[in-house]
Amino acid sequence: MEIRVEGLCKSYGGKPVLANLTAVFRPGITCVAAPSGTGKTTLLRLLLGLEQPDGGSIRGADCRWAAVFQEDRLLEDLPAAGNLRFALGKVPEDAGTLLSRLGLDLSDPKNVRTWSGGMKRRLALARALLAPAEALALDEPFAGLDGENRDRCLAAIREREGGRPVLLATHDLTGLEDAPVVRLRGV
Amino acid sequence: MVPKLRPWSVSLWLLVWQGGSMALAAAYPHGELLLASPVQAALRLLELLASSAFWRAVGNSSLRIFGGFLLSCALALLLASLAAGRSWLRDLLAPPVAVVKAVPVASFIILALVWLDAGALSLFISALMVFPPVYLNVLEGLRRTDGKLLELARVYRIPLWRRIGGIYLPQVLPYFRSAASLALGLCWKAGAAAEVIGLPAGTIGERLYTAKIYLQTPDLFAWTAVILFLAAAFERLFLAAVDGLAGKAGP
Repeated sequence: MEIRVEGLCKSYGGKPVLANLTAVFRPGITCVAAPSGTGKTTLLRLLLGLEQPDGGSIRGADCRWAAVFQEDRLLEDLPAAGNLRFALGKVPEDAGTLLSRLGLDLSDPKNVRTWSGGMKRRLALARALLAPAEALALDEPFAGLDGENRDRCLAAIREREGGRPVLLATHDLTGLEDAPVVRLRGV
Repeated sequence: MVPKLRPWSVSLWLLVWQGGSMALAAAYPHGELLLASPVQAALRLLELLASSAFWRAVGNSSLRIFGGFLLSCALALLLASLAAGRSWLRDLLAPPVAVVKAVPVASFIILALVWLDAGALSLFISALMVFPPVYLNVLEGLRRTDGKLLELARVYRIPLWRRIGGIYLPQVLPYFRSAASLALGLCWKAGAAAEVIGLPAGTIGERLYTAKIYLQTPDLFAWTAVILFLAAAFERLFLAAVDGLAGKAGP
């Protein structure tokens, strides 16, 4: 499957954020690269159907998505397993393995409120990678991670992309040199 | 901050009450009728506890007042849930809620006496008093629900029952608990007042009225203590039940 946007436009309060964007997102990782505030998050929100474009068209995005948002969006008063159960309906069999690869412990009974920012970010990524989704939208999934954890997360994304379009919005393309890049420059 | 009832301060005020009653009894003939002492009230309460009429009155009043509370809570929860996403419904309900909040309960009691049988009066009045705080608080809790978590639920296609348990319930529960706590106190006050005016047979309100007519001040204090105890007991039981159900409903 592929997701295609053509002539996509979006403004907020009369200020254009995306203007006439055309791009194709094929299976595998596609980086959406841009400086902060130049429409990465807006593009992902449009693809996720959380906002409507002012103009242009989106095709192929009407599918089951999983996402890492700008914020972690976890239920802070639940442990890791509870968060997975809430979002996915169950704790998938391979959740323990994935969390362990990301340096997390699925059996940790502590609420994620007590976790560090980096741990929460990795759990948010694990939740997206474990979801039965046809496409992934990852908005700065490495934000706040040190080099070692960033590498772990990138390896997990590569391992689990599974022939799905993975839109990875980031301003740091280290380790992603082989992936196609859609560059947003702001308008 | 809610001040705590410390044993020493409660004991002190009971002593003041006892002293005041003894002073009145010494100063005036039949002065004890003006203010029964805590000891007289406690002894009278012990006598009442042994009678079947006491338990019948407690049962009748509890059934009506707590029944009104439960019915009103259910209605308030339903309407707040519907109104949270519908501004026209919020606007439609705003005037009656404002009227119920502002109009003195005695006016409603007298009006309801015209419409209703005395037996249904306390149920109706307690329901009426409970509705505004529960409805408004639950509405406020729903308004403050985290929109970002709702977006997450939409993207991950999380079904409604799990959204309720994981997002809405934790958000609304503190608002509902505080409203229910306030409303339980209100409904016992208003319900007992309705019974005193409407005089349904075999209720606490009727016994309070009788105590007033015959100047039985120990009875008056004993029944008042019963109302205070029932209000506190129902509040604890209800909030414990709510917490238990919320624990089971979570994700």
